[in-house]
Amino acid sequence: MSTSSVSKGCFVFKPSAKKRKIVGNEEHFRRGCEEKDGCALRYKLCKQLWDRIISDTESLQDELNKKILDGLLDFARERSGGRKHGDWAAQMRASEIPTAALMLGVNVPDHDVTFQSLSELLRSSVGPYVASLQAKECGLLKHLMKRVLERITGGVVAVDEEEDEEADASQIQTGAQCSISNLCEWYKGKFKKSTGPNPPVVVIFKDLEAFNPKVLQEFILICSRYVQDLPLVFVFGIATSPSTIQNMLPHSVSSLLCIELFHSLSCTQHLSTVIDRFVLTPSFPFKLNGKVMQVLISIFLYHDFSVRNFIKGVQLALLEHFHSQPLSVLCCEKDVALDVVGHLQPKDLERIRGLPSFKRHVEAQTKEEQAELLTDDACLKEECKKLIKSLHGYHKNYFPVLRCLHALTSSLPRYPLGKQIRELHLICLENCVWESEDYGTAMKLLRMLSKDELGAGVQRCVEILEQETSKTMREALERLQELLSKMKGLDLSDMAPPAQEPVITSPVRNLGKKTDLFQLQKTLLQMNETRRSKRLSPFEILRNETVDFIETLVKSHLSPPETQPLHEALYYGSSATVRRHLNATPRTSIQAALSDPYFYLQNENLRAEDGGVSNRAPDICVAYKLHLECGRLINLFDWMEAYSTVASAAEGADPEAEDFGRVDEIRHARFIRAVSELEFLGFVKSTKQKTDHVARLTWGGC
Amino acid sequence: MTGPLQHPGYDEEKLRKIAELLPCREVQAELLLSLMGQPEHRSYPAIFIYGHRASGKSHTINMIMKELELPHVMVSCVECLSVALLFEQVLLSFFGADAAALLPRGPSLSDFVRIYRQQCSDSPAKQTRYIIMEKAEMLRDTDANLLPALLRLQELVEDNVSVILLSEIVWDKFRPNTGCFEPLLFKCETILEQILSKDRHPSYSAEFYSSYINILLGVFYSVCRDLRELRHLAALNFSKFCEPLEEGKAKESDTHKLWRNIEPHLKKAMRTVYLREVSSLQWEKMQEMEEKEAGAVRGLSAHTHVELPYYSKFLLIAAYLASYNPARTDKRFFVKHHGKIKKTNFLKKNEKTSNHLLGPKPFPLDRMLAIFHSVVDSRVAPSASIFSQISSLVTLQLLNQASHDDQLDAPKYKCAVSMDFICAISRTVNFDIVKYLYDFL
Repeated sequence: MSTSSVSKGCFVFKPSAKKRKIVGNEEHFRRGCEEKDGCALRYKLCKQLWDRIISDTESLQDELNKKILDGLLDFARERSGGRKHGDWAAQMRASEIPTAALMLGVNVPDHDVTFQSLSELLRSSVGPYVASLQAKECGLLKHLMKRVLERITGGVVAVDEEEDEEADASQIQTGAQCSISNLCEWYKGKFKKSTGPNPPVVVIFKDLEAFNPKVLQEFILICSRYVQDLPLVFVFGIATSPSTIQNMLPHSVSSLLCIELFHSLSCTQHLSTVIDRFVLTPSFPFKLNGKVMQVLISIFLYHDFSVRNFIKGVQLALLEHFHSQPLSVLCCEKDVALDVVGHLQPKDLERIRGLPSFKRHVEAQTKEEQAELLTDDACLKEECKKLIKSLHGYHKNYFPVLRCLHALTSSLPRYPLGKQIRELHLICLENCVWESEDYGTAMKLLRMLSKDELGAGVQRCVEILEQETSKTMREALERLQELLSKMKGLDLSDMAPPAQEPVITSPVRNLGKKTDLFQLQKTLLQMNETRRSKRLSPFEILRNETVDFIETLVKSHLSPPETQPLHEALYYGSSATVRRHLNATPRTSIQAALSDPYFYLQNENLRAEDGGVSNRAPDICVAYKLHLECGRLINLFDWMEAYSTVASAAEGADPEAEDFGRVDEIRHARFIRAVSELEFLGFVKSTKQKTDHVARLTWGGC
Repeated sequence: MTGPLQHPGYDEEKLRKIAELLPCREVQAELLLSLMGQPEHRSYPAIFIYGHRASGKSHTINMIMKELELPHVMVSCVECLSVALLFEQVLLSFFGADAAALLPRGPSLSDFVRIYRQQCSDSPAKQTRYIIMEKAEMLRDTDANLLPALLRLQELVEDNVSVILLSEIVWDKFRPNTGCFEPLLFKCETILEQILSKDRHPSYSAEFYSSYINILLGVFYSVCRDLRELRHLAALNFSKFCEPLEEGKAKESDTHKLWRNIEPHLKKAMRTVYLREVSSLQWEKMQEMEEKEAGAVRGLSAHTHVELPYYSKFLLIAAYLASYNPARTDKRFFVKHHGKIKKTNFLKKNEKTSNHLLGPKPFPLDRMLAIFHSVVDSRVAPSASIFSQISSLVTLQLLNQASHDDQLDAPKYKCAVSMDFICAISRTVNFDIVKYLYDFL
């Protein structure tokens, strides 16, 4: 690189953009498959699903926020309009600023979307004067003022500060200071002639808790002076509880506001809707297996409550799936997938043969068929088509039956199969649900339900199944309807156990006599026997019939996806990757890097057995390893001696030589650098107890 | 009551009008006028008026200035984010926009004085000019030289100008330690009843309204003497007061009956709308509703429940424990097989008072995390999201950062939630927090 400059100095050379080779996105999807077509197809499918997630979540969010936003809009409209035609009482109230306190919950990352749609809606239906503010841009009152004025007038406002020197291009008026009185003048000038109700000036405080209370108080005080001329409306976004307002604002300020509360949907409900839309549906071909699902849900419940992050997690899984699994070309709608099977390359077919689920499937066939499947490509393709059809069929039945089972069990005492459908889904994904103990309890409880409860449950199942179109589900529906109508046909007299029950001499009477423990046990068992054998009422028979039918449905349709051949194409299962990406552990990574440099550097020289560190490792690793052997206080000189010995051994010096392990300048400097790096990473710090020592900040060691 | 206002140099008609507009403020108005002297006379350089909120300071001054058409400017000090705004407003209203435009960016006090003198030599004052500063207590936070300079502005600009400061705080709290020119002080006191009775409802007689005001003051006078607030309350509850009249159950003269009707209602108002637990609009709606439905509208402080992620709850619990337990006792609470340590053994002299009375103490992050790992029932990896939860608890103001922002140097926090709040939180995760609190041992 050279310059035409004659003077001596530092020059920056930016890399020219042309030289960089632009790699198409498709190229990244080539793991495990060399054919260009496969990559492109995988990229295309991934992009489709990705876009679908985004557009669907947006519409879902709008749908969910609609109610609360409508309430807010009405509020803004009404409060601004109502001021003009005031009766006596309204006139007395006019000095209050209408304020909407919007309760959003602690899932702060989701708030942005809500506020965005809120301000868009306000702009389109109430008026253009909407300013939304974030606490971090309003540290001082003058910044707050500046933001408000900028956003409402749409221009740039001068603030009394050097940094804004160049910003006076389009001021509202020359030399204008940012104050509400200027805003008021501007507003009056705008609506001098109009007679109807003027649009309100809406100021949205996105994160009320983070605002400096003093700034907020002063702002409200100033605004209240102009409320007669300027129809102001405030919106407070509150993450915790409404009492924050009282904590932040003294009575003299809060008495200037007329606060109304608005509650948004709770984040768990929101998550349920999202799961309903993306996970519990056969129409979305990409699926997550139990472990990944568990990771995503626990991140949600344990860490952030953020639906947006949950969706990001699903997107990450989607990307990883298409990126790492060559057979993800089959992860699409049924018709498309069948078409793709026809064009599969021999290599892909080999991969299919290698799939564990397919191997299991093959083993279940007869000898001749096995041979055919393993050798004949055409036959394999036919089989694949059949399997894909059955996989899609499985999903078509799985979800309705899951919903039915949930409808029946979600109201049982102590929720043996979970309160939320996602819990039941997780159980079903992991194992065969009917083998679990909880399932047994649930069925036992179902067999004890009253007529009304069971009837309501079956009714819900019928409603769920009515929306389904597949043949098996139609049949199940008919059967359930039949059971339901029978149940309704029973009248009260049938409910009671038949009266002509033969009176057996109750063994309970014998209990009056003195008995030993063994005797008692025997009698109780006997009683149990007789109760079981007693004749059932028609309702009980019907109830057993219903529950039996439900059980057969569950057994035939709720088997875990791992039992289905070819499930690998649709299900993403690497929970470790998702966890690593979404729930990063920086501390663990640093420790891994320091104690095992090979893990990140992948240099054969650094490979060390039995958890030790090779002496060729970077200085900081050696210093780290040595410091682990020390107690709470480390003598720097001893540490340096030890380091120096290791360093000379690494240079291949003769251990017998006189200057082995001697500290020279270079080693000294390297050691000091390593120590200060460790200090920066927070492993040691200097201490005042002993000047030539440092204190360890971590526990444990070798 | 004194007679009508009299002062040489002003139109008597106008003075009578002022007296009408300022009920109960005749004495003050007269005093003020005598201080101001005749319009052409030099006035006293600085006057300081103080009195409780809404005792009519600004109103009195405003009326006098407006009615007598004296040259003046009203400046609210809250609004003056910078002195520039203050100077601009003064120059603008005395000499017009051209003068205000002369101010440089970021003007200093001497700029202001220079421009003022320039302008004033062009158009010298025929009458005294008044600069009225509302909420003057804010001036204490601005530049140290501003207040002394304003007090001697007359000398500085050599013009007939007088500065009137209005404040809720006594002058003793203003006096700068470098000394300054003492202004004349006088105090406004509150007389409510007559003023309140002034804004009566058009469709009812004055006596009726003043009897209502009497009742209202009987309830609220002990808690609130703020005229504005009382006015607001009067307006809100008046319709309820009139209800029996409209239904024909009582006549205007039936004071006792009316009182019985309104009294419980006003008491309820004191608990809710006066504290702004419910907004005035909701209050009006509640009045329209039946009694039993009205219970459905809950006040602001009724919603204290906060939904938090699982680990955030435990982090908050750990922070609470770290804030209210002495660090020495951690071993006893969080180490298994700690042996028997009785409370008396490690009770120090100064720790006999309850920690809950002393308030939260700052604790380092490490201690909080150590407690967190010990109270949470599963193994939790120290992942980034645990740390980000701590900072989001800080932004939600459930934790306060007690030291500076430097993350490298072991930050310290304080727990900012109440005992009730933390008990509610720990109940949701089945954690018996009382067992872990040193104060309740």
